[in-house]
Amino acid sequence: MSEYLIEMKGINKEFPGVKALTDVDLNIKKGEIVCLLGENGAGKSTLMKILTGVYKQDGGCIYYDGGMLDFHSTRDAYEQGINIIFQEFNLCPNMTAMENVFLGNENKTKSGLLSYKETRSRAEEFFNRLKIDIKPDDVVEKLGVAQQQMIEIAKALAYDTKVLIMDEPTSALAEKEIENLFIIMRELKERGISIIFISHKLDEVLEITDRVVILRDGENAGEVQTKEATEETLVSVMVGREMSEFYTARKSKPSDEIIFEAEGLCGPPHIKDASFKIKKGEILGLAGLVGAGRTELAKLIIGAEKKTAGRIIMNGQELNIKSPKDSVAARIAYLPEDRKNLGLVLPMTVRENTTLSIHNKVSNMMNIINSAKEKEVTDKYIKGMKTKVSSREQVVETLSGGNQQKVVIAKSLALEPELLILDEPTRGIDVGAKAEVHNIISDLADEGMAVIVISSELPEVFHLADRILVMHEGEITADLMKDEADQEMVMHAAIGAV
Amino acid sequence: MAETTKARANLQVKRDNLFMRFIRQKESAIFLALIGIMLVITIIAPKFATPGNLYRVARQISFVAIVAFGVFTVILTGGIDLSVGSIIGISGVTCGLAMAAGAGPFVAVIVGLVTGFGVGMINGILVSYVGITPFIVTLGMLSMARGAIWIITKGWPVEEIHEKFLIIGQGKFLGIPVPVVIAIVVAVAMHLFLRYTIFGRRLYAIGGNEEATRLSGINVKQIKCLAYGISGLMSAITGIILVARFSSAQTNAGDGWELDAIAAAVIGGTSLSGGSGSVLGVIIGAAIMGVIRNGLVLMKVSAYWQTAIMGFIIVLAAVIDRVKNR
Repeated sequence: MSEYLIEMKGINKEFPGVKALTDVDLNIKKGEIVCLLGENGAGKSTLMKILTGVYKQDGGCIYYDGGMLDFHSTRDAYEQGINIIFQEFNLCPNMTAMENVFLGNENKTKSGLLSYKETRSRAEEFFNRLKIDIKPDDVVEKLGVAQQQMIEIAKALAYDTKVLIMDEPTSALAEKEIENLFIIMRELKERGISIIFISHKLDEVLEITDRVVILRDGENAGEVQTKEATEETLVSVMVGREMSEFYTARKSKPSDEIIFEAEGLCGPPHIKDASFKIKKGEILGLAGLVGAGRTELAKLIIGAEKKTAGRIIMNGQELNIKSPKDSVAARIAYLPEDRKNLGLVLPMTVRENTTLSIHNKVSNMMNIINSAKEKEVTDKYIKGMKTKVSSREQVVETLSGGNQQKVVIAKSLALEPELLILDEPTRGIDVGAKAEVHNIISDLADEGMAVIVISSELPEVFHLADRILVMHEGEITADLMKDEADQEMVMHAAIGAV
Repeated sequence: MAETTKARANLQVKRDNLFMRFIRQKESAIFLALIGIMLVITIIAPKFATPGNLYRVARQISFVAIVAFGVFTVILTGGIDLSVGSIIGISGVTCGLAMAAGAGPFVAVIVGLVTGFGVGMINGILVSYVGITPFIVTLGMLSMARGAIWIITKGWPVEEIHEKFLIIGQGKFLGIPVPVVIAIVVAVAMHLFLRYTIFGRRLYAIGGNEEATRLSGINVKQIKCLAYGISGLMSAITGIILVARFSSAQTNAGDGWELDAIAAAVIGGTSLSGGSGSVLGVIIGAAIMGVIRNGLVLMKVSAYWQTAIMGFIIVLAAVIDRVKNR
């Protein structure tokens, strides 16, 4: 018998017009944590979808526990003990924790009816094993992101999983929750469960994994034992160039002219008396823990939620913003965190998405859209941001995360905003694309745009911002110039311990 | 060319000859199905292919197609309009009553159109601004509008129809029935409207992702509301033509037509979740419905069976769509 539990050999996969995978190999030992690393579009997801039976490979073989695998559905994969936890969870929010854990795998009584007693006791057993504080009868939508993730893990264990694939499991978690997740991952490893860990956060990769397999452009780019790797070596293999080439410095300083002012904003669910000012050409970092109210504050500003008190002043004039239509008219652009659900119309093309906010600018008096103008605007942003598309008519659903994000940014920029609010602009996109997005943001500020960047990654806030606002439970608890601040001060303000 | 996102994605891969491009169009499959159905019917009942019969079938299809364009507009936004059959009836009745009261044909047509648009807008306001589910609003309107017809007419048809008015339903233009000409004009207008105007683009955007569209600064409520208005307007057009066709405003006109209209849209490849579909597809869908209905009569299938078969075809279309997109 071979030393590997899973051997994927020479996997090929082609989609119409795109070669997604070329002769990719991936081997995993029992009880090993392997990181699958690569830029978005490198083929990680495709490879994992083949391993879990979502897609069928065009060429190559998968050996599992000595035998050859031939999946026809994801169900086959579950039954073999291969399970995946997606970045976006697959839970039914309206149902209880225990119902979710055993969804599709229900505990029945002898007469074939659902056995709540057994479901409850088995769920409790899993939760105890994972040392998590969830009650079987808790309704999922009332639980936090970290707890929901634990339910996903419990669900995988309920299927007697031998190989667990985790796609960006830490992207929505706070520092402490990540630590907790790692403890559980180590425990699973000790029990002989193999884990494939997909993440863009290199410090985490170095901390938790045993081995790193790197893909680039659908091919194996390299493989290292984690203890021999550093962030720099991983990045250079991943993108094929050095990290220092990525970042450009800010060319100019913020001006003294205040462009936007929020005064005593209050609103749902818990924003209290939020006041701040932002200058032309300034990047304002908005830091805080998940749930601190940063996105909610942005929604009050753009009128997606109704404020209960406070004033919004732009260019010295008070604005009466009642809906996003008004903020768009005032040239305030907002880029939502959840780009797939809130930022893009997925089945539409790059062109149609880019011009979604500026229909009046690309049409004539009769409201007829001028396609030449549309194309011109779209091409300008594709070129300006180096968006990788096969054409401006490509459907955005088929773009990689980084390129989708560029389309959302293009949509916001097409408005020619004076204030741009970016909510987690680099969440879930790879290192190369991230640097490109950072450079775009810096350039915009250099050109005089006021930018608010909401980010849960402190290094990102420190890299980009001129000034940092910190929120805690709906209130602004700190307003710091970057030069005066350090990460510790920000964290203190974020947990409300000022 | 009517386009769908799938077809567009495919077209980027490579452009080759006309035949391959035809095959890649989402509408090509149902178009071939329509041709196949017509051939089968002709073989079994040769009377189908006679000019007289084709003339009648085309006219019948045009009635349904116009209504289907309206329902299609609503479905694009992810909604549904069950009230179209009753709007056909009530628009026809107000149009007829206007003439009975001495109005000329032109004024009567305007009265009918305003009625349909108005009832549609009531649907739209309830859906968009009050926030009630489209299914419930239009189900209620189906009953309310039909009831209003009975109340207004006390069950009697309106028969004082102006002579000149009849041409809309019974006349010919270059040998083509006037209703067919009207349907073609409406179809071209709808296609251009959906494809080249801001409003059309926004209908597709709302169906594709309503929340993203709202956050893009678009007045989603207004557009959704107007979609129901358009649906009402389209139903009114058919309602008015039917009055001319039968020389009277019948109180049961349009009864049950929501089934045919929604079916035409679905068979034509319109996604019920919104955001995709084309006018061309709807036309072909309406043609398939019309041809089969006519074919069943010619093939002397019992009336009891006809209803069941039509229902079966709708479900079959949805199944095929599902399998194709898998």
